[in-house]
Amino acid sequence: MLLVVIMAATTTLTLGLVLHGETNHPYERTRVATAGPDVVANIIPPTQNATGKVTQQQLRDLNTLAHAPGVVGHSGPYPVTWAVLGAHGLTASAEVEGRDRAPASIDQPRVTEGSWIRNGGVVVERTFAEALGVHTGDSIKLNGRSLNVVGIAVTAAFSPYPEICTDGCDLNTPQLSNTPGLVWVTQDEARSLSSFEEPLTYYLNLKLSDPAQAVAFTNKYNNFNSAVTPSLYTWQQISQDDGQLLKKEQLVLMVASWLLGLLAVASVAVLVGGRMAEQIRRVGLLKAVGGTPGLIAGVLLAQYLLLALLAAGAGLALGRLIAPVLAGPGAGLLGTAGPPPVTAANIGVVVAVAVAVAVAAALVPAVRAARISTVRALSDTARIPRRRAWLIALSARLPVPLLIGLRVAARRPRRIVLSVLSIAVTVSGIVAVLFAHASLDASQSGASSGLANPQSERGNQILLIVTFMLVALAAVNAVFITRTTVQDSRHASAVTRALGATPGQITAGLCAAQVLPALAGAVLGITGGIALYLAVKGGGATVIPPIWWFVAVVVGTVIAIAGLTTIPSRLGARRPVVEILRAETA
Amino acid sequence: MSTAIGTPILSARGLRKEYGKEEGLVRAVDTVDIDVAPGETLAVMGPSGCGKSTLLHLLGGLDRPSGGEVWLDGRRLDQMGERALARMRRQSVGFVFQAFHLMDELTAQENVELPALLAGSSPRSARQRAVDLLEQVGLPDRRAFLPSALSGGQRQRVAIARALSNEPRVVMADEPTGNLDSAAAVDVLRLFDSLHDAGQTLVVVTHNSRIAATADRMITMRDGAFVDETNLTGGTAGHLGALIGLEG
Repeated sequence: MLLVVIMAATTTLTLGLVLHGETNHPYERTRVATAGPDVVANIIPPTQNATGKVTQQQLRDLNTLAHAPGVVGHSGPYPVTWAVLGAHGLTASAEVEGRDRAPASIDQPRVTEGSWIRNGGVVVERTFAEALGVHTGDSIKLNGRSLNVVGIAVTAAFSPYPEICTDGCDLNTPQLSNTPGLVWVTQDEARSLSSFEEPLTYYLNLKLSDPAQAVAFTNKYNNFNSAVTPSLYTWQQISQDDGQLLKKEQLVLMVASWLLGLLAVASVAVLVGGRMAEQIRRVGLLKAVGGTPGLIAGVLLAQYLLLALLAAGAGLALGRLIAPVLAGPGAGLLGTAGPPPVTAANIGVVVAVAVAVAVAAALVPAVRAARISTVRALSDTARIPRRRAWLIALSARLPVPLLIGLRVAARRPRRIVLSVLSIAVTVSGIVAVLFAHASLDASQSGASSGLANPQSERGNQILLIVTFMLVALAAVNAVFITRTTVQDSRHASAVTRALGATPGQITAGLCAAQVLPALAGAVLGITGGIALYLAVKGGGATVIPPIWWFVAVVVGTVIAIAGLTTIPSRLGARRPVVEILRAETA
Repeated sequence: MSTAIGTPILSARGLRKEYGKEEGLVRAVDTVDIDVAPGETLAVMGPSGCGKSTLLHLLGGLDRPSGGEVWLDGRRLDQMGERALARMRRQSVGFVFQAFHLMDELTAQENVELPALLAGSSPRSARQRAVDLLEQVGLPDRRAFLPSALSGGQRQRVAIARALSNEPRVVMADEPTGNLDSAAAVDVLRLFDSLHDAGQTLVVVTHNSRIAATADRMITMRDGAFVDETNLTGGTAGHLGALIGLEG
């Protein structure tokens, strides 16, 4: 179980680490396969222009770029407009690029299904096609005009759906949303689809002699003070937008791995504490035959360090196996991620975290066991519980189950801290996930009606996995802590029963000893989750989930902990009193 | 059959407790009949392992018999559910154990308060009752002491005070002086003496014949069964020191 707990944290950490740096690879493959541009230049009609069209001067400025120093090739300018797209009963927004039927030397979208454009035919960008559910041979409508889908393709000149308008699109038709997908038609078709509200804009693809100079090139020719001069984008910017999906996944996984690491510390500390209590007689025997406190602490720590190393190895292997599933580039890019490389640095970090978890959790119990007197260790007597006078006085005023629960909880403050920490970390993670969900929902509300958002779907999958792992580890913690508490308080429970407490009262008391810290942890976790989300979300507005979500988390946590702890508590409360008292006397 | 004068407050018929099966069967208590009258002090004695502690646990509802009947204060224990048994223990029985079984993290007063709190008394009345009982057992100045700061005799006196917290019909003591030195044992026996005088019913299990001799009646057990019963004239009243030969 120790192995599984540490492995959960190391696997997630491995995933987070190996996804880092993977984001560019699929884009690079697509760029090579489609002869992707180094710079894309775009002009839009000036807003004060009464005709609603791009001026001749603007077109001349755009064409001048094709012959600028450092440019070794170009394609376009291509006319682009926006249209309302209908397919399979869905309505979406489409960015329509007019292209030549002949292949272009720069930015020739790679057809993955069907063929390239022809008259009356449309080619749909692959991510958009998947979201629409359209295939070659289907019919779609653009501004009410029927066109046959003749092909599905990918490009490196635009970000895939729904990132195409990340930097903003100037749309005037009310039916158009700000998350259009890309389609290609012939230039004549694109021109005929344009309107006064959605006039033609133009895109020019440039190839530079040195692609690394793309940023310098755009800095030289971009004029941010003018709306009529061309706007230039580098391939690096497009690559960055393409990598958003993986970058968000990586961020979520990294945060999750730290949260799971903290939970693992709590789990391991409880497990180790319980095991140490069981091993105390062996410690006494070791001491009796001459083992020094240092040797004993070393022996006890060594076994957990060995487990940590095993867990690190297993986590690295499992993380590397799972990574390709998460690192898949999405339909907008070519190729599969393949197993990402696990670098020496990644191995070092994962091993260090696993060892840190083991040391943080096992150090206190190991030192405590090493320092216990030999006679006490041999007699295997339980550690004297802590006394909290104010809690004992307070508990006297409460109903019997709470009296028992509060006193049981007060006996082992460190365990209570672990319990609160465990729940607080889990609830923090869940609250952060709720914020992320709320943001995804809000971003989807502006998306085309009824369309699946590949980012939201992938994001939701990752968040679901992370939530599941956090909840599973917290549940394991709750059960372990309860088991250890039941074991540790068996004498007190037996005496209390001998004095007249019913098994039901003892069960309820032992549950209360877990539920009270869980309640505190859940409340702390709400604050922690908000802070966590604000710390990692980066820019943009914060979408606050409905308050009832938070209330549900707190209530759900309490109910879940009560449910999880009932069985071990009930089993503990039903052990024969005489048997326990006899064992304690022996 | 063991009988007592008057209507018994505690009785058992054909009481059995067995462990194991077939060849490994052990009869810890073997078909025992017993009656204890109100206000009586009954001593059960015998060698270690003869089943006397098991008998005490069965009579007090701490353990379940394999067969037979147990009646306490007019109610049949062996057919009660766990919850009813717990309530009965809370209201009618006070236990005193050889190992004291005090809560380490509670002061003497808090230990004595606990049964009253479990029975639903208000914190104030539980505290007042504990103060009175600790005074009664001669520990008024040790109320705030933790068990670890008390001597063995003092701990046992706290345990006796705790057993009396809910004014039980019967106090059952399992080797109450087994862990005590001679002086502390005398203190505890004096306490039982005063309880007897106050009309408290006592069942004391011991392997020490001199302590058993302080009772009204003494039953001797061997191999789970009663082998002898002696009515002792005078009981504990006024004869304690002389009987056990501990007074200087």
